[in-house]
Amino acid sequence: MIGITGRHDSVIVRTGVRLLAPLVQLFGLYVIFHGHYSPGGGFQGGVIIAASYILIGLGLGRDRLEEMVSEETLIKLAGLGVLVYAGVGAWSLFYGADYLDYGAITALDDRADMRRSLGILLVELGVAITVSSVLVLMFLRLTDDRDDQPVEASA
Amino acid sequence: MSLYLNSLLVLFLLGLAILAIRTRRLFTSVVILGAFGFVLALVWANLGAVDVSFTEAVVGAGISTVFVLAALRRVGEREVEPGASRFQAGGGVALLCLGLVLLMAKSETRTVDGHEVPRLPAIGAKDSPAARNVSPYYIEHAEEDAHTPNIVTAVLADYRGYDTMLETGVVFTAAMASILILGVGCGQGNGPPPAARDEESSS
Repeated sequence: MIGITGRHDSVIVRTGVRLLAPLVQLFGLYVIFHGHYSPGGGFQGGVIIAASYILIGLGLGRDRLEEMVSEETLIKLAGLGVLVYAGVGAWSLFYGADYLDYGAITALDDRADMRRSLGILLVELGVAITVSSVLVLMFLRLTDDRDDQPVEASA
Repeated sequence: MSLYLNSLLVLFLLGLAILAIRTRRLFTSVVILGAFGFVLALVWANLGAVDVSFTEAVVGAGISTVFVLAALRRVGEREVEPGASRFQAGGGVALLCLGLVLLMAKSETRTVDGHEVPRLPAIGAKDSPAARNVSPYYIEHAEEDAHTPNIVTAVLADYRGYDTMLETGVVFTAAMASILILGVGCGQGNGPPPAARDEESSS
């Protein structure tokens, strides 16, 4: 059976995960915030941040991961991401512009192109929040075996 | 040069795909599919679709491998007999014909019975039908409109903002549907008490 729920036996793996996870998260943030200039964006960065948490789950154990982020929080975050995106869209309505027309939100910046740039960043953040929390949530759900035993091989 | 590299990568992809189907252990299959994802990411990068390549690498090769392994763990790992090799002649012939047609279309414009048969546009050609509609506008104005040199980001999050917003909604909805199937919050006081769960699992 593939052991992926418990704490990993090897101290090398555990230490490696501890060192690597923050770096992976930093890279994920870089991918989100640098998506304007390089490949990447909210979706890819969100997946990378989720990967760092899944790494923690694989190395330090699923329980440790659940201490850090509970499933309840993750569900709320998944909704929050969509809300951030839709909220930025609704924000532009207050300036008399079309839905999702960030260029009209004068509160963001003086220059129109910078406003759109910042608007893109905000909605990408929403995408990243939803994608990362959804993926960690799926991992927690798939590896939860407290209430069911894996089916024995019957071949 | 790029064509040779791509042919090599595509052959590699084919080999990995066949290996993933023919291998005995499901675990091995999953790991080979992960490798498949990475090679596919290289193909995208070689074709110039860097954002797609990035997504393929993190999702296709990274996250989905972990998810399939986790799912495999739940259903129980087992060895499977690789399916008997059934060579389907019809499919093979059809594929060969398709390949020949594509090769012919790639080479040059032909005239058949006085009608001109157009050839496939070169990769990234700026006069191809796909690149003549709205793409020039995006390429010319993304920088001044949105201060975003990466046009893909500008198109995804600004010009095509509705699509991306509803895609995020799709991700959210898919997650909620999966949770409804897999169950949520068991053992946190939200699920049924342990006794009830034991009854369920024994029945």
